[in-house]
Amino acid sequence: MNELVEFLGVTKSYDSKKIAVDNVTLKLPKGKIIGLLGPNGSGKTTLIKMMNGLLVPTSGSIRINGVPVGAQTKAMVAYLPDRTYLTGNKTVSHILDYFVDFYADFSRERAEQMLANLGIDPSARMNSLSKGTKEKVQLILVMSRNADLYVLDEPIAGVDPAARDYILRTIINNYNPEATVLISTHLISDIEQVLDEVVFMRYGKLVLYTSVDNIREEKGKSVDAYFREVFAC
Amino acid sequence: MAWDMDSDRPIYAQLVERIKMQIVSGYYPCGAKMPSVRELAAEAAVNPNTMQRAFAELERSGLILTQRTNGRTVTEDKALVEGVRHDMARSHMNTFVDRMRELGYTGDEILTLLKEVLGL
Repeated sequence: MNELVEFLGVTKSYDSKKIAVDNVTLKLPKGKIIGLLGPNGSGKTTLIKMMNGLLVPTSGSIRINGVPVGAQTKAMVAYLPDRTYLTGNKTVSHILDYFVDFYADFSRERAEQMLANLGIDPSARMNSLSKGTKEKVQLILVMSRNADLYVLDEPIAGVDPAARDYILRTIINNYNPEATVLISTHLISDIEQVLDEVVFMRYGKLVLYTSVDNIREEKGKSVDAYFREVFAC
Repeated sequence: MAWDMDSDRPIYAQLVERIKMQIVSGYYPCGAKMPSVRELAAEAAVNPNTMQRAFAELERSGLILTQRTNGRTVTEDKALVEGVRHDMARSHMNTFVDRMRELGYTGDEILTLLKEVLGL
């Protein structure tokens, strides 16, 4: 079985008027780096939160490795949320202790190596770090797990271009043929080369699911250019 | 340094071209060991599956061989590499001639100008 994630008729409405995710049916395979792309308010973050059990679908179901989303799937998924949750006066090193305790698949060694590569002092307190550095720490925590699925909600938006390159390289270097990385972003041109496949969403609906080289072959343009065409205002 | 890519063509095809160029130009000489897919993907900053696809294409063309124990190497077949080099040269010349004809140059005029540029 090559499927990792299965969405079956997934719908989420916050109230009777606003449908955030509208009847999405989609299967994502193992071993791919997939971009989740769509304009603001297209339902990307809602979809991601449902994959992580933070929101419950109004109807439909989501399975990961064949298991319905729940406590069991949280051990399989490394999730980078769209906002920081690591506040307070804990040091980076202290947070690593938490992650080692909490996640059986967490590699402290890998995390420390990445911190060193990005010049982040493990003894620094979280609230002394800049916004971009906090984001880097969070991403390092996520990528240091040995998960089946990595779900990254806007991982590169807040960091400088050099760190962005490092992060993309980190994703490539940690690439494991059994694991899938789902990246939501609107900075398409920056990550296009790294993606296998893309999922386009609009108004909560699935618009397109195809490979990057398919778009380039069939449309003769980059995913970024094609996105601008499909979602032209 | 990430490799520069055109935005309007498939990435794997551009990887194939780039590696072919590195082989015919001797950057990776005949019989040399190729870096792993992962290493080269990281260098180029591209998806490892895309690099894998480019390698598969190069294996099909015979330029790269996969040895079970020794990873991938460039072919020892110098004639094959020379053939690919010649094809690439022809293709560049065709593009060049097409452009010159668009400018309204005749064959003789192209030759004259070419000799002048080459200092012959």
